[in-house]
Amino acid sequence: MKRVETECTLTVNGVDHAVSGLHPGESLLDTLRERCGLRGSKGACEEGECGSCTVLVDGEAVCSCLTMAAAVSGRSIVTVEGIGEAGAADLQDAFLRAGAVQCGFCTPGLIVAADALLTRNSSPSVDEVREGLAGNLCRCTGYGRIVEAVLDTASQRREQP
Amino acid sequence: MPVLIPENLAELREAACSHDPVLLAGGTDLMVALNHRSQRIESDLTVVSLAQVPELRSWSHDPTSGELTIGSGITWSQLERAPFDALAPALAQAARTVGSPQIRNAGTIGGNIATASPAGDGLPVLLALDATVDSVGSDGERSTPLSELLTGTKRTSLAPGEVIVAVRFKVDDGWQGYAKIGVRNAMVISVAGVALVLDGTARRARIALGSVGPTVLLAGEASAFLTSEFDWDAWTCSEATIATVAEMAAEESRPIDDHRSTAEYRRHGVRVLTSRLLKRGRERR
Ligand SMILES: Cc1cc2nc3c(=O)[nH]c(=O)nc-3n(C[C@H](O)[C@H](O)[C@H](O)COP(=O)(O)OP(=O)(O)OC[C@H]3O[C@@H](n4cnc5c(N)ncnc54)[C@H](O)[C@@H]3O)c2cc1C
Ligand code: FES
Ligand code: FES
Repeated sequence: MKRVETECTLTVNGVDHAVSGLHPGESLLDTLRERCGLRGSKGACEEGECGSCTVLVDGEAVCSCLTMAAAVSGRSIVTVEGIGEAGAADLQDAFLRAGAVQCGFCTPGLIVAADALLTRNSSPSVDEVREGLAGNLCRCTGYGRIVEAVLDTASQRREQP
Repeated sequence: MPVLIPENLAELREAACSHDPVLLAGGTDLMVALNHRSQRIESDLTVVSLAQVPELRSWSHDPTSGELTIGSGITWSQLERAPFDALAPALAQAARTVGSPQIRNAGTIGGNIATASPAGDGLPVLLALDATVDSVGSDGERSTPLSELLTGTKRTSLAPGEVIVAVRFKVDDGWQGYAKIGVRNAMVISVAGVALVLDGTARRARIALGSVGPTVLLAGEASAFLTSEFDWDAWTCSEATIATVAEMAAEESRPIDDHRSTAEYRRHGVRVLTSRLLKRGRERR
């Protein structure tokens, strides 16, 4: 049986990070930011409400603030830093083109959540995009341009698969 | 603070029985408590992660008995999709209302039961389905009706370290539905929730209520009245029966005023949701 004390290896964006000094119950968000030097994922609420900490664990979007770091050692973690290489560069471009980034605090979580949404549903409706991004709060844009960027990416991917 | 990650049921038993641990499933309730320091993990306490135990992530359906067994580690994302949307549509409906995609990807049915919140969206459905919870602890295995497992607000009869393995119920011929009221459509804790099961085989109706009492409640009188008044052969009931059942369910609710809503609005919600579900249920089988 696997047993983690204060040290473990996290596989983030395909790279193994040996981390040590884990606090009891430390969240993946804290480990990524404080021990792996990956500060793309943001923390605001630390209670699953804002989605700014969203990462993929084995391909599924989850809140890294609600994921215990020690429990996901050995699983595949993708953060905003790696998601472009993992195939979402077009989504990142679409966010910029649409003006879906203002202060940018929500953007890393939104890119990851939107990428997961498009993986599951390649031609979402407006309502499905809004529903799929219900776990990501943005205080700046009013969401219109974010939805536009996701829909644009979906239609582009359909045109040039 | 060691974190143990058992990879099968035998390892899980060993880990859970010998360490008096904190159990971790999806973390969507537990990590909130830890992040906000409302629950502390002492450095000598053991955490047992349930996520890598395949037995907890499996399910089965016995077509002969009609029994559906759902592993405690099945997530809301799984429950909202096939095959559960067809086998247990009310549970799939409840699953779709839970949190956000991120919460549904992580959160599990077992965590919902163990948290035992009166607002837990899975609980009214499981109560209306008369579900049984299978668990394993240091005293061995046991099967407990959900109604007995839930003992109070966020309280269960689970012993420390006792693990919910699965929840099971019969999915017979009939109709089932769940409806919830909240301040918006997505990402919201329920202000009132109602589950209705019309069991065509047993010819029995069960109505369960969420967020309107210290635990989820079975509306026993409304259920008994509907069981006797429903025309099981023609699969219908009168408008007058619907109105009476809705009123009885509202009377049986025990809501309070709190930061989410008022008792009066919650009782009204129960009335409206019960009547809405019953109108849907008598239309379709
Ligand atoms: C932003 C947000 C929104 C939410 N929205 C909703 C909502 O709309 N509706 C709703 O019902 N809930 C909601 N929740 C609460 C939560 O997501 C659910 O209750 C979920 O089902 C909990 O499951 P989990 O696997 O994450 O549990 P965990 O957090 O892992 O565990 C919760 C508790 O149960 C115990 N436990 C877990 N699994 C087992 C087991 N197999 N046996 C014994 N004990 C166990 C743990 O020790 C812990 O005490 C929300 C939570 C958040 C953060
Ligand atoms: S910081 Fe994780 S959801 Fe807000
Ligand atoms: S751009 Fe500022 S919060 Fe979304």
